[in-house]
Amino acid sequence: MRIPIETFRLENGLLVSLSRDTTAPIVAVNLWYHVGSANERTGRTGFAHLFEHMLFQGSEHVQANEHFELVQRAGGTLNGSTWLERTNYFETVPSNQLALALWLEADRMGALLPAMTQEKLDTQRDVVKNERRWSVDNQPYGTWWERLPALTFPESHPFHHSLIGSMEDLTEASLEDIEQFFAAYYTPDNAVLSIAGDFETDEARRFVEEYFGSIPRGSSRPPLEGMDLAPTFGGLLRSVVEDDVSLPRLYMAFRSPVFGSEEYYAASVTGAVLGMRRGSRLYRSLVRERQIAADVSAFTFDLSKGSDLLIVDVTARPETSPELLELEVHREIDLLIHEGVTVEEVQRAVALIQTDMITAMQSASERADRLSMFAMLLGDPHLLNEQADRYASVTVERVNRFVLERLCSENRAVLLYVRRSDAESKNEVEPIMVAAS
Amino acid sequence: MTTAVRPLPGMAREYRFPRFERHILDNGMQVIVAAVRKLPVVSVLAVIDAGAASEAAGKEGIAELTAQSLREGTTERDGLQLTVDFEQLGTSLEAGADWDTSVVSMTLLRDSLTAAFDLFSDVLRSPALPESGFERLRAERLAERMQILSEPRGLADESFSRFVYGPSARYQEPMSGSTESISRISHADIQGFHSRNYTPDAVTMIIAGDLDVDEGIELVNKSFSSWKGERKRIVQEADMRARSSRATELVGKTGAAQSELRIGHVGVPRLHPDYFNIVVMNAVLGGLFSSRINLNLREAHGYTYGASSYFDWRRGCGPFVISTAVESEVTGAAISEILGEIDKMQREEISDEELTLATSYLGGVFPIRYESTAAIASALATMVAFGLPGDYYDTYRERVRRVTTRDVLSAARKYVSADELQLVVVGDPSKVRAPLEGLGIGPLSVRDATES
Repeated sequence: MRIPIETFRLENGLLVSLSRDTTAPIVAVNLWYHVGSANERTGRTGFAHLFEHMLFQGSEHVQANEHFELVQRAGGTLNGSTWLERTNYFETVPSNQLALALWLEADRMGALLPAMTQEKLDTQRDVVKNERRWSVDNQPYGTWWERLPALTFPESHPFHHSLIGSMEDLTEASLEDIEQFFAAYYTPDNAVLSIAGDFETDEARRFVEEYFGSIPRGSSRPPLEGMDLAPTFGGLLRSVVEDDVSLPRLYMAFRSPVFGSEEYYAASVTGAVLGMRRGSRLYRSLVRERQIAADVSAFTFDLSKGSDLLIVDVTARPETSPELLELEVHREIDLLIHEGVTVEEVQRAVALIQTDMITAMQSASERADRLSMFAMLLGDPHLLNEQADRYASVTVERVNRFVLERLCSENRAVLLYVRRSDAESKNEVEPIMVAAS
Repeated sequence: MTTAVRPLPGMAREYRFPRFERHILDNGMQVIVAAVRKLPVVSVLAVIDAGAASEAAGKEGIAELTAQSLREGTTERDGLQLTVDFEQLGTSLEAGADWDTSVVSMTLLRDSLTAAFDLFSDVLRSPALPESGFERLRAERLAERMQILSEPRGLADESFSRFVYGPSARYQEPMSGSTESISRISHADIQGFHSRNYTPDAVTMIIAGDLDVDEGIELVNKSFSSWKGERKRIVQEADMRARSSRATELVGKTGAAQSELRIGHVGVPRLHPDYFNIVVMNAVLGGLFSSRINLNLREAHGYTYGASSYFDWRRGCGPFVISTAVESEVTGAAISEILGEIDKMQREEISDEELTLATSYLGGVFPIRYESTAAIASALATMVAFGLPGDYYDTYRERVRRVTTRDVLSAARKYVSADELQLVVVGDPSKVRAPLEGLGIGPLSVRDATES
């Protein structure tokens, strides 16, 4: 299955991908900016995400709260999200409202600053602090989002620090920071635009040229320094966290090949062999047969620079101690290294991944987002159509090579959540924190 | 640099919800097939007309455990084999129960349909329901209970239902059962629930995706026409409010970083003559991002990451809930703002701009909701579960458009009961108890999060 993809580039550097599908009268618009928490300067953790909030506060020709209102009144949905190396903004609207969606995106890319005020910044700072309380501080295991990158990337590395940011740094963010960040990163040559769904190609092109064409290129952006890392951690990294949780949980991370590289696909299949659905190795062994775990999953962060992470996440049954949980997960990984994977395991993993990829393409929004992802991170949106083949060509040998090279004991980072009450009463678990190098 | 001229919309293109056909087998089993020709994807979904609301008192959670036990193998294949067989075909079987129905489903690529449907029908017709699998699933459900109760959001949702509904209402207990009720469920209980409810006359098979209608009907006919059985129906109890005046419960969680708030009361059943008026009213009050409550709490005050309201639609009277999480220090102020918004909603008509924002949003996003075969199958399941008419999705947008500002005012006055608001706060007692006492939100009861 291949979806139609056309691309063109404006003179100001904006790379545009189009994928037409007229099944339903809706169209998705999706913009990725090549900036994320990795680009934050020291003392400004959380700024890329706070900035994302500010993009919904109006622009030169759009009032505060109007961005949301105009899209919703048009009968559309919208949102944005921030990740370590990118920030995205997207809307899906009835197809006759394509121009509105593009105009709104162009107005904030071209003329955000006239709408920025101290009051708006103060309010969104409070909203983001509440987002932090809600999703991190007041949520069992919620801190894993910042603890795992902190454990697995060295302190000097751009992926080390918290994406949601510290309360102190959020407090410090100023309008001047907004101006600098906007000027450096929110430029057409640092963005990709994707349109998927029901549109006429000539018309879509005309709208893009009309609204985005006059936005000037950016000047130089500060490069990300020190991204490169050794292929393994070089030893076991371990951190134990006492938290208000009812069941112990273990996150085990492996340094892994970057998104889109040849070996990324072997890493992704290995993750699925280990933890995707109920037929996976860890689920079969720890949940179904031995019944020491309540749930299992595995995933990659899909980072395209420096190094990616493959993560398995295992939650204990109430009667399982954190020590046993950790021991057994190590043992399962050792067993995989020892035995290697079977053809059936690889086939199962690839079949599940391919179904997920193709069913996701039913949604115009997903389609546009994937186009932006391949356009930005790998420079070529057409790669979206190659993914099924890339996965199909993963062999047992390649998976086993990845397993030997990257799941070895020198490349494991363990983040273990234990019940506060257990830790206090038994004092058995020694909190050890070893930073990555 | 950028243009100030806002683009106007072009000509809207027609949209129709996918065509579907219904068919009834001789054994009473219903079949609905929607041909959706877009990508080589098919969703198969069996709706069993027995959900959590039909469970016996004290054994809440049977419907969920029975549905999950289906995955534990058939007379032909053990549980592990069944799981792996599905997954080798690139799909997996999802099974669970909601309030009114149990649902078994899968989404897969067209090429695997015949083989996977064989497995699917084996599960429905000849499940083994083995005791070992049941015991494991029950233990997993109990572990999940511990997770829910340590999570402020889950705790707030459950505490709210327990506070709002009276002791004889099934809705007082969690949909998938409590720790106590799940512990009481035996293997014989799920076998009994299964034999009473999983019969052809209680099942509707829905197939949506890349196939012909005739092909879908034939697929079901071939596997299910010889299935026999008749359903033993159990009549549900009436639902009851816990009380008819305002009351507040504080569930104490020392050191909580935020207060989780739930405000509302027992609502109305899904099949209701004023359904569309209520939906539009709720959209304006708290259903949309640009709703009054969210704009007030989030965008004007920065009290929260988000605030919303909803009517939880069920066959019986599900709850009406306003839900948010706010910084502890502003708990009292946030509640006052919410009460103020309810009052305003009941005092005067909304503006035409607010009305058209809600109606054009609800009408516009309708096609966006049904992009995937799974979403289409699920919409058809909703139609079956509530007995909605066959033209329901075709007339939805027109019925939303017909709602007036006067209808909204009348719905706000009739279906939001300011005098009966029930409030549950999960938060740090040392920070929120005092402000709660001065709010005029009824008598305050306090318990610790660790007590049930």
